[in-house]
Amino acid sequence: MSSFKELFTIFQLQPNARREALYGLSFIGLWIVGFLLFTLFPMIATLAFTFTNINLAQETPLQFVGLQNYLAMFNDSQLRNAIGVTFKYALIALPIGLALPLGVALLLNSKHLRAKSFFSIMFYLPYVIPFVAGIFAWGSLLNPESGWINQTLEALGVQNPPGWLNDPTWVYPSLVILGLWGIGGAVIINLASLQGIPTELYDAAKVDGAGWWATLWNVTLPMMSPVIFYSLVLGIVGVFQYFLVPLVITDGTGRPDGATMFFNLYLYKTFFTFQNMSYGAAQAWVLFLLILALTIFLFWSSKYWVHYTGDTR
Amino acid sequence: MQAKPLNETQRAAASDVSTSARAKRSLRENGKSLTITFVAIALLAAFLSPLLRITMNSFKTANQVAEYGTPLYPAKPRVVEYQGKEYDIYKVPLAEGVRELALYKKGRATSEFLDPANLDAPPIVWEGAWRSLDRAWEFAPTLSNYQQVWDLLDYPRLMFNTIAIAIIGTIGTLFSNTLVAYGFARFRIPGKQFLFTILIATIFLPAAVTLIPTYTIFVKIGWIGTWLPLLVPTFFANAYDVFLLRQFFLTIPREMDEAAMIDGAGPLRILRSVILPQAWPVVIAVGIFHFVYTWNDYFGPLIYLSTRPDLQPIAVGLARFNSIYGNKPELVQAGTIMTLILPVIIFIFTQKYFMQGVVITGVEK
Repeated sequence: MSSFKELFTIFQLQPNARREALYGLSFIGLWIVGFLLFTLFPMIATLAFTFTNINLAQETPLQFVGLQNYLAMFNDSQLRNAIGVTFKYALIALPIGLALPLGVALLLNSKHLRAKSFFSIMFYLPYVIPFVAGIFAWGSLLNPESGWINQTLEALGVQNPPGWLNDPTWVYPSLVILGLWGIGGAVIINLASLQGIPTELYDAAKVDGAGWWATLWNVTLPMMSPVIFYSLVLGIVGVFQYFLVPLVITDGTGRPDGATMFFNLYLYKTFFTFQNMSYGAAQAWVLFLLILALTIFLFWSSKYWVHYTGDTR
Repeated sequence: MQAKPLNETQRAAASDVSTSARAKRSLRENGKSLTITFVAIALLAAFLSPLLRITMNSFKTANQVAEYGTPLYPAKPRVVEYQGKEYDIYKVPLAEGVRELALYKKGRATSEFLDPANLDAPPIVWEGAWRSLDRAWEFAPTLSNYQQVWDLLDYPRLMFNTIAIAIIGTIGTLFSNTLVAYGFARFRIPGKQFLFTILIATIFLPAAVTLIPTYTIFVKIGWIGTWLPLLVPTFFANAYDVFLLRQFFLTIPREMDEAAMIDGAGPLRILRSVILPQAWPVVIAVGIFHFVYTWNDYFGPLIYLSTRPDLQPIAVGLARFNSIYGNKPELVQAGTIMTLILPVIIFIFTQKYFMQGVVITGVEK
């Protein structure tokens, strides 16, 4: 088992081994310095800020304020709203973010599909398009009057097609649509993992008379569970930090009706717009702890539903 | 069927049955293949439809974009010149079918139309309100949106900034990540596993928890309004790229290092002449990833370069452009195309490395 203490055994090594370790450390050193400078030190500083009234333009004397910044959160209705918004979006974005790439990958992996590599490349292609450009492209499609989506819905006889980004309810699916071009990476990862499932398992399922659904449920999904787990963890980390798309399309106003005032957007505004540094820092640590707790929970739960084959390293 | 000895007939019949079964099965397979491929085409068309729409709109005039019921493609209304005057062409439903005719004399209940192919023929009288008719359009893309955006967006400057930031950052990324990945892949270091776990854990760390002090320090040391906050961190490696490179380095047999070592090569020499020559596909992948990442990056340049529009990269420029010209979709969409065109071209030429890189980072976790 590796631990922090092990680092110090370097002083007890034989000269040759020590030389190798020192060489190795000097290569890794770049990252260690970067980690201390850009990650560990700022993290600790952020934590320290949360117990003070520190500010960029320090007008009142700097002092220790205890848990005041944390207690302030309980009376902050905007923050409560922002957390609610984030969870609402997560409930829509996470399942779609898991199922859609998997579905596309299943399609691309189908033995009946012709020109597979063409389709894989084309589904991946928009992934390289900057998300700001993607927003304007999909936003144009979502335009309630002139967009193709509503025009199609009207042609199909839908009476009152949604107002999409202007509607406090429909804004969440709209945001998911704006981000659709980001699924390319997940599609390719799912596809590679599907291709890695041993064909004997499918042969065995066929012998047992399993149909398409039964095979999907009993063979494909369990074998895909490590990738689903990986996507879920990264998805949660991503979704709780989500705010750039609303920042671009609403200039951070939270339109419509505060429905896009995400936790991280509120944090951003607390710091950059309201210049409240210590309160922003406290929110950042709460966000960090929230993500950490969810990640730990997922890792704990993984032993019940994630199937690793072979050596687990 | 001809008369044949019995056993032959039987054999023929048997083989007939099996070929027809095979034919039926392959027909069914073809049918499935057709269906699935068709589903994939439909899905792909929907997935890429925004690209089609903004491309079309970017070549349209402002009038066409604003007007309802115009063609999907860039077009202008057809007109015909007759006796020094221009006449609009409409689609007129006549007894013999819909004809495209020039509106010559407007009337409330009946109007007179000319045949554009034969203008000197007597006018055709049509009963009905001409306002209810559809115009006839002709394909007419305009480049004026692109010309306008080129200047309004200061496109050459934004492109220069983006490419410069991308190239310097890519150099930093390749330099630092190669060294760090080599360290993790090849050397016995006490506590290496612990350090590697920390490295991977940084992937899950929300950026907000380091942002405030980092930004504050960049303010204090005068880095705001420069590219330094975007470039300097690339020289200190990052978890994704180290992981990707390390995974690949681990697949290179150690015997080759050892042979080079016996020949007296030092660690740096081994990296340069043994590891890198074999790992270049993944090194290229990391380079392209970073290049595309820079194109996509919005938040960093936004906060660090908000006071210096002349130093901003294109993603920030495009968002700013949209907040000014949001009511002119044809301009925003031309700008969008101008933003995405280079990454798309780079991807098309390098997609092989790209897809490999994604697979290594994703699957081996």
